[in-house]
Amino acid sequence: MKFTIMINEGPYQHQSADSALQFCRSVLAQGHEIFRVFFYHDGVNNGSSLSVPPGDDRLIQKEWSELSKENDLDLVICIAAAQRRGLMDEDEAKRQGFDSNNMIEGFRISGLGQLIEGGIESDRTVVFGD
Amino acid sequence: MAMLHIVNKSPFEKVSFRSCLNHVKAGDSVLMIEDAAVGAIEGTSFSEKLKTAMDDVSVYVLGGDLAARGLSEDRVIDGIKTVDYAGFVDLSVENETTQSWL
Amino acid sequence: MATKKFMFVNRKAPYGTVYALESLEVVLISAAFEQDVSLAFIDDGVYQITKGQDTTGIGQKNFSNTYKALGDYEIKKLYVSKESLEERGLTQDDLMDLVWEDEDDDWAEKPSIIMVDRSEMADVMAEQEVTLSF
Repeated sequence: MKFTIMINEGPYQHQSADSALQFCRSVLAQGHEIFRVFFYHDGVNNGSSLSVPPGDDRLIQKEWSELSKENDLDLVICIAAAQRRGLMDEDEAKRQGFDSNNMIEGFRISGLGQLIEGGIESDRTVVFGD
Repeated sequence: MAMLHIVNKSPFEKVSFRSCLNHVKAGDSVLMIEDAAVGAIEGTSFSEKLKTAMDDVSVYVLGGDLAARGLSEDRVIDGIKTVDYAGFVDLSVENETTQSWL
Repeated sequence: MATKKFMFVNRKAPYGTVYALESLEVVLISAAFEQDVSLAFIDDGVYQITKGQDTTGIGQKNFSNTYKALGDYEIKKLYVSKESLEERGLTQDDLMDLVWEDEDDDWAEKPSIIMVDRSEMADVMAEQEVTLSF
């Protein structure tokens, strides 16, 4: 089956990001396909490159980045939510006139249409939030 | 269509779990994850509401979330099945749709 | 592209959190994809469509007028929980008059709000193919 997963909350603040990561790993382990993972609201912060948690704790953003690269996943960060919260990739930062950017590898920024498309193209859509 | 209702907030913190149970239909499934796992325990002020719903729906709890909160499986209401993430994925496949009560 | 039944579930009041505003943004985008869209207002979600919202005292943009535009985008199924209104001491009179224009009926204005009890809401939810919560 094809899954689209939506994540509404940022890393660490709520368990949603962890739950979603574990769910995604299980989906893949059981031979299903992930069509897209869509990050909305504070969920966009799962794509930040600037997180430094204590050394003995998990680095959620990096876990997403690695999951994405190892499995060629489509992790999409909503552009409107990202703009509100100050998360930018290199292109978006240049477009907005900022001299730095903060998006980790493995994600791409796009519009809300990607969420709707995910729902249309997938067999199952699962939301993690608060 | 059979629905998998996913609840993630404690029934003692928010109304989400209660609202979920007010909207389930016979044949649906309810899965407790994250803080909602505390609702699976026998002898709480929420137990009767949950047990009544269990006449019509199958109820599950994510074992990892129970254990994380220091709650052993032998304290879970009779009839609630403990699952892991593989079981969570299976539930989402077996039910035609999912709805998260946040 | 296939047409699916999408439901957007709103259970939180506006302004205290961003969910009401950002979920509305998703709803408007879904209109462009010509899907069969329904909205559900349950629990505190009913406050999203109360009339007379005045946000000058809290420094936030009042986005309640955006709900009035939904009819123009062919989003005309807004299911409102009767019990949720009653629990909050509200009636349908407290809600905005949200309408859509039926081009097959000489553009007659028709109500978009559909009052339902829990059992009816559960029935509508059971028909949906994609349910998004915020």
